[in-house]
Amino acid sequence: MSDAGTPPPPERPIPEASEIARSTVLASGTLADGEWHRLHPATPLLRGGIAFIAILGIVIANLRERLVEMFLPQFAGDYRYDGENFDPLDYTFSHGYVGWVLLGLAVLLVVVIGGFFLSWRMHSFRVTDEAVEVRSGILFRTHRKAKLDRVQGVGLSKPFLPRLFGAARLDVNVAGQSADVKLEYLSTRPAEKLRRDVLTLASGVRLAEGEAPLPGAGPAGVVSPGDGLITRHVVDRANDFLSPELPEDQAPPESIVRIPVGRLVASTVVNEGTVFVTAILVFGIVMIANGNTWVIFTLVPTLLGIGSYYWSTITKSLRYSIAGTPSGVRIGFGLLSTSNDTLPPGRVHAVQISQPLLWRPFGWWQVKINKAGLSAEAAAGGKGNTTILPVGTLRDATAVVQLMLDGADVDSTYEQVEAAMMRPGESGFVLAPKRARLIDPLAWRRTGYALRPTLLVFRTGVLWRKLVILPLARIQSVQISQGPLERMLRLSSARVHTVIGPVSAVLPTIAKDEAALLFDRASLAAVRASSQDHSHRWASEER
Amino acid sequence: MESQVPAEPRAPAEPHSSVRSHDGATPVGPGTESAPAPVESGPGLPDTLAGSLATPIEAPEPAVETPGRLEIAGEWRRVSPRAITIELVGDAIGTVVVVAIAVVVWLLIDHPWPLIAGGAIVLATVITAAFVPRRIRSIGYLLREDDLLFRRGIMWQRFVAVPYGRMQLVDINRGPLARAFGLAELKFVTASPAAGITIPGLPLEEAEGLRDHLVSVAESRRTGL
Repeated sequence: MSDAGTPPPPERPIPEASEIARSTVLASGTLADGEWHRLHPATPLLRGGIAFIAILGIVIANLRERLVEMFLPQFAGDYRYDGENFDPLDYTFSHGYVGWVLLGLAVLLVVVIGGFFLSWRMHSFRVTDEAVEVRSGILFRTHRKAKLDRVQGVGLSKPFLPRLFGAARLDVNVAGQSADVKLEYLSTRPAEKLRRDVLTLASGVRLAEGEAPLPGAGPAGVVSPGDGLITRHVVDRANDFLSPELPEDQAPPESIVRIPVGRLVASTVVNEGTVFVTAILVFGIVMIANGNTWVIFTLVPTLLGIGSYYWSTITKSLRYSIAGTPSGVRIGFGLLSTSNDTLPPGRVHAVQISQPLLWRPFGWWQVKINKAGLSAEAAAGGKGNTTILPVGTLRDATAVVQLMLDGADVDSTYEQVEAAMMRPGESGFVLAPKRARLIDPLAWRRTGYALRPTLLVFRTGVLWRKLVILPLARIQSVQISQGPLERMLRLSSARVHTVIGPVSAVLPTIAKDEAALLFDRASLAAVRASSQDHSHRWASEER
Repeated sequence: MESQVPAEPRAPAEPHSSVRSHDGATPVGPGTESAPAPVESGPGLPDTLAGSLATPIEAPEPAVETPGRLEIAGEWRRVSPRAITIELVGDAIGTVVVVAIAVVVWLLIDHPWPLIAGGAIVLATVITAAFVPRRIRSIGYLLREDDLLFRRGIMWQRFVAVPYGRMQLVDINRGPLARAFGLAELKFVTASPAAGITIPGLPLEEAEGLRDHLVSVAESRRTGL
């Protein structure tokens, strides 16, 4: 990837860089002072306590009638213990075990609270010149250490409940799968500060070793001393919920793309799933109108489930923001639970612009990416915030794609993307031959590839329009294949492998000889592009 | 090596076609006359990704249509013919096990369906076994200047190119049968779970030599990344 925004590696190591970074960080008073620190005091409650409260809730719900009878006999109704089923409360009463049971409960409570307290006491972290370290566990101690020169990025997220307590989670991403160091939870302000400090220290270490610093977090002093004390907790919490997602000194204030709430809601509702839901609804109403009232018992839960799905999808994408910063592209999401990712340059392995059929009348598009460092489970579970733009105009999509590719020239790119999407014949694509219509009767006119100086672009789909943009320097392998039917028609199909993610780069039909050419060109171009790539420290050590 | 290519008729026009002038050993751009190598960033062409997307491009000259199957020319190295024997012996052992189980179950329950099921499995194995020699002979690999090419399949053909610099690790696996025949399987793993290459049926020395070669070229390509 280009090094726009990434400082080039220095000519020689700068041994004093890590010292400078260190003193810069230390001067500002920070958690990153090399001492062991504990996490936010509410941590055990936020991590495990929720389950405990839930269990308590279930117990209470099950004993509801008994509790009502015990404490509010006037509301107890005509419920009476019928003696047939085993009832633990009656059993203890009738055998005189009340004292023992109370004692047991007390011991259990002490053990649980003590366990929570101990686990909090024993869970500590420190940030030294060389590494971020976390020690945890009561009986089985674990000690995880992430070397600073391997830090790929630092993420800050605030799930809803911790957010109420003013806590946030800090993820230090290290090269290698599931090797992240998690600091959950920290107070929000120190966490935001620690995030910058870790980036600054990591850059210092990199500079001292003669490598490129983590972009934008150089020792020149990103750390601003402007963070005030948390004096007015309530006001602070309110500000946290109301303030822009990106702390003002870490990102340009405005997002390059805004999603109007109306569009977000409409785009969530207008999709293929809704057609299905509407069909169910119509079917259900017809059934009820014909006297089959039992349908209501299956219909209502279904609708509730679907409604909550829509709700969670919408709230997740509300208050979306995306902006380029020196340390990478920052993407903020979420109304109640917020997440804030920074994608450093060189971690984007594939970008896809797509449009479902039902979005076409509105001119809406979606952008997804494949990024390095995403585990297979996260990719399968749809986690990892790979949908970079949930919905937007083609112009928004172009702007986001430009940002993903480290550029800023939206206008001329828009022309290219618009041509590729709307005028398939005149956009420099190598198209499928006419005989491909026997295999692919609709999409063959749009199916094609374009090899650009540093990019390979696949265009597919007529109902579900899709443009897949692959940085050549990130391609893992190129594959062409031919089955018996394709052989009869002198066709072939091609596919490019990237790291795992939601975007798959497949070209379903292409003329046989064009496929052979694509194979040669793309494999050669991939080798050349990666040999000229400057951000290899970011990319080659991802996994 | 070329003599081991399956007996498919080669396209007669092939040596003359300019698009096929790409010989496997040198990374010369394909089709130097008919289609200039598009990656050379000539004057005015930007190297940045974003700039690359913003610049209008012309579609390249269409490829010359040739008859015949999909083919990538080059000195393909084939896997050892002993791999065929291994595969067949493995099938035979499997067949014996299936027959034994079927007979035992038949004796126990005195009903003909185990024999029918076992017979069906054996028949299917025999039919697939008939294609084993062709299938193994279709497997090949080619070491180019900067990438490893792999091919397999007759009915469903597949060609994969992986740049050496993409290598994450190389494995050599040997099952008991393969060990008895002095063969090994080489696995080339990249960051993409789908993009890996597995070359079965390599003589052990060749597999180890290939592994060492791949590791060393991957190392040199990586520094140049």
